[in-house]
Amino acid sequence: MEQTTTAAIHHDTHAGGGVKEIWKVTIILSVLTAVELALGFWMMGITNEMERHFIKGAIIILMLAKAFYIVGYFMHLRNEIKNLIMTIVVPLILFVWFIIAFLTDGHSYNNLKNNYSPAYQERSKQQMPKKEEKPESTNPAEK
Amino acid sequence: MATTTATATKYWSGGKSPFNVEYGKLMMWYFLMSDAFTFGAFLISYGTTRFATNGWPNPNEVFSSYPFKPEGSAPAPLVFVSFMTFVLIISSVTMVLAVHAGHNMEKKKVVFYLILTILGGLTFLGCQAWEWTHLYHEGAWWGRNPFANADGTLSTTNFTNFFFTITGFHGFHVFSGVIINIIMLIMTLRDKFEKRGHYLMIEKAGLYWHFVDLVWVFVFTCFYLI
Repeated sequence: MEQTTTAAIHHDTHAGGGVKEIWKVTIILSVLTAVELALGFWMMGITNEMERHFIKGAIIILMLAKAFYIVGYFMHLRNEIKNLIMTIVVPLILFVWFIIAFLTDGHSYNNLKNNYSPAYQERSKQQMPKKEEKPESTNPAEK
Repeated sequence: MATTTATATKYWSGGKSPFNVEYGKLMMWYFLMSDAFTFGAFLISYGTTRFATNGWPNPNEVFSSYPFKPEGSAPAPLVFVSFMTFVLIISSVTMVLAVHAGHNMEKKKVVFYLILTILGGLTFLGCQAWEWTHLYHEGAWWGRNPFANADGTLSTTNFTNFFFTITGFHGFHVFSGVIINIIMLIMTLRDKFEKRGHYLMIEKAGLYWHFVDLVWVFVFTCFYLI
């Protein structure tokens, strides 16, 4: 990067740890993925809703950690100057509102349907017919 | 501001890029940010729908096969998708190595790592094509959902609609990433960057490729794990 297109760009802030760092991050990402998968396998045998939510929370935290390593190290955002980091990261804060607002809304909609829509309650209790051997041409899950 | 100290570079006083990156790279970042919002909107609408529904199919029952799986063997949840995830992570690593080699002006290494990255991308696409075909033959497609909810109740087509739309949109990104990397490879082989004196273009392609990997981290977690 010493050969820049624009003379005005200073690459003094750059660097990072080179190939060594790349392998370190690779190992971290692989370990995080392995832990995620282990949690996923572990969760299959668990029926307690509370425990399942807990594990899902852990998986989401690991997911965010992976995102941090990919963006920070592979995409070198950590080594950019603060101005650039802020212009990328600050707008993403919108996601916090986005997630809270929409998931709450979905949850509330489900409550409304469960409380006030007899048709919805009826449908939620209906068992899916067992799958036959030959695939049907018609849509088994109507509306 | 930090620029008040005497030694700090005054990025806002004119004459230089306040973000200290070239134009193309900055625009790539902004594009990726907008793309992040697109994927975020998809995933959040998926989450909202899931929260607004009483039952949901169990991903461990739906995604429990892999190519050449012996007939009648026990379901193998998470196995195939783990493989896909690792393929994408490794292809991201080879991309970083290509970018790094570009910094050092090592053309041969750039070519080598770009080829590995392209192969990784193609492997991932192949896996996805297999998975889609498999699900299609099980009767799943947009508007069709053969899988019951985890508790055996009647499911809706939301599950398959979101699955095919989101993994399809991601797969399309992988596809365009592979095309971009192939173009980078051709440009490298034709000494475009050597003549230019820098490999900054590879860096921009790399940003895009890492973003594709990043999105998969989220898609993988949302659809297969939780």
